[in-house]
Amino acid sequence: MPTLTHYLVLSGVLFCIGTAGVFVRRNLITILLSIEIMLNAVNLTFVAFGRSMGSADGQIIVFFVMTVAAAEAAVGLAIVIGLFRHRESLNPDTFTSLKW
Amino acid sequence: MPAITPLLVAQLVLVVVVFHALLLSAAAMVWVERRLAAALQQRLGPIRVGWQGLLQPFADVIKLMFKEELRPKAADALLFALAPVISATCAFAAFAVVPFGARTTFFGLLSEPMLLQVADVNVAALVIFAIASMSVYGIVLAGWSSNSKYSLIGGLRSSAQMISYELSYGMALVSVLLVGNSLSLTEIVNGQAGAWFGVIPRWFIFLQPLGFLIFLTAGVAETNRAPFDFPEAEQELVAGYHTEYSSMSFAMFFLAEYVNMVTVSAVAADLFLGGWHGPFLPESLGWIWFLLKVSALLFFYVWMRWTLPRYRYDQLMKFGWKVMLPASVLNLIATAAGVLYFGG
Amino acid sequence: MTLFYVFAAVAVVASLLVIAQRNPIYSVLLLIASFGALSGLYVLLDAPFVAVTQIVVYAGAIMVLFLFVVMLLNAPHEETDYDETVHPLRRPGPMRFGAALAVALVVELLWALTKSGGETGAFPGAAVSSVRTIGRSLFTNYAFAFEVTSVLILVAMVGAVVLARREGGPSAPPSA
Repeated sequence: MPTLTHYLVLSGVLFCIGTAGVFVRRNLITILLSIEIMLNAVNLTFVAFGRSMGSADGQIIVFFVMTVAAAEAAVGLAIVIGLFRHRESLNPDTFTSLKW
Repeated sequence: MPAITPLLVAQLVLVVVVFHALLLSAAAMVWVERRLAAALQQRLGPIRVGWQGLLQPFADVIKLMFKEELRPKAADALLFALAPVISATCAFAAFAVVPFGARTTFFGLLSEPMLLQVADVNVAALVIFAIASMSVYGIVLAGWSSNSKYSLIGGLRSSAQMISYELSYGMALVSVLLVGNSLSLTEIVNGQAGAWFGVIPRWFIFLQPLGFLIFLTAGVAETNRAPFDFPEAEQELVAGYHTEYSSMSFAMFFLAEYVNMVTVSAVAADLFLGGWHGPFLPESLGWIWFLLKVSALLFFYVWMRWTLPRYRYDQLMKFGWKVMLPASVLNLIATAAGVLYFGG
Repeated sequence: MTLFYVFAAVAVVASLLVIAQRNPIYSVLLLIASFGALSGLYVLLDAPFVAVTQIVVYAGAIMVLFLFVVMLLNAPHEETDYDETVHPLRRPGPMRFGAALAVALVVELLWALTKSGGETGAFPGAAVSSVRTIGRSLFTNYAFAFEVTSVLILVAMVGAVVLARREGGPSAPPSA
């Protein structure tokens, strides 16, 4: 039977995969995708803890996290589109200097 | 290994039966569409192949099977092959949670009654919505992987249309959930049993007329059928997202479209038209009423296609966002007020 | 138990492939597969509403948004100034630091999480899985957060439209 520890270990691993993605990848969209992986790992933690405490609060907080993730993805992608229009590149290293 | 009980066998048989029924209904829809279109246009339609042309769909399928399976060289092979599979899979999967008959023991063969539904999930209405939102991927991937301008634009337009109308679809669904007081489709159907004054059946269409219209219109737009099929037919020579497909992949897209139509009609019949409840027949034969109601809705679908002119794409999107969405939100608010006032 | 391992394996492998893929479209599709596996895990945790909401919101809406952006931008494969065949831990500069940090984070998290008591049995207590209970709690205890979330979505919607608009309005030519 999977215990709470199993779920926590899984979400820890997923969170670190997301973090590694943010550090290692050089493509803005993939960085945003890695952030989504991290948010999902957090969701899993919430639901697992909510289940183990027998309350519905875990699922409710997941509801809010999902909404915030959707809003953040929308605004993040709009920013990516704006950046792409100026430099024709999705590599974050091209945006390191303030000079336009 | 679970024990091989008659119930397990019956459920497996049910899965097989439902799958083949959907396939057969898609084939039947091909025939119905062509004959009905012919009748509406005062011509004969296919009458030669088999009695009254009933074997025409099978002739079509055999012809499609013998065509060459083309793939553009620059197309992404994996996604090109995957897209029609996603479309067809989501179309069939959505029907898995639709109940089409009351609990029955098949004339006493089973020890306990079994519901005529492949999976009795208690959040069935949401599952249908979820699978409808997954079917967008088949279209958008088909448009992208063909690596051709027409396909890409057609695919993006088609999927933008689908996700715009999903909102009104969902809101109309939520209004019915308020009235039906449950997320499980079986319970919603069972809430429509009986009749007022013994004559008018207790269907939710009488409580939610606007919701029914919105649901059906959004369903037509979701399945990319006329009058909302602009992305498929805008350049009538170049057929939008399935331009580069031929043979069985093309057939799978059309199979997916017809099965989606059947699913939307089945869900509408369950939510608004009382499912399998009807007079004169015992509960265990209720699936006959269900078939009649679904057939009526499918007839309406085909009739609309061959009667109404097509919406232009910007008119279509304006309609979805500026008319349907506010109407469905108002419907939801009015329903909530009604439920609160009349006490459910 | 096996079902948990199946879903967990799919989620982890898909996420690893997401960050390892060069083609952004494949990354998005693999992430959708990962979300599907997570949805299965939520069902195992007796949370069917969250599972279906995950499919509707994440896999059905947010990922479609990502897919649209990738397609419209015709996102190129990353041009890189490092040798791609070398393992990240051996690449020079910030990437090696980042990869090493991620490995350290994994070790640290696993050490911390496995110290949480180590219950051996299944989940204690009953599950709260009915949508009715969730809804009631959402609209009474968390009503303020719910209303604020709706304002947040409105702000995000307006912000996304404004940010993605071409400068000078829709009739102006795109800036060079």
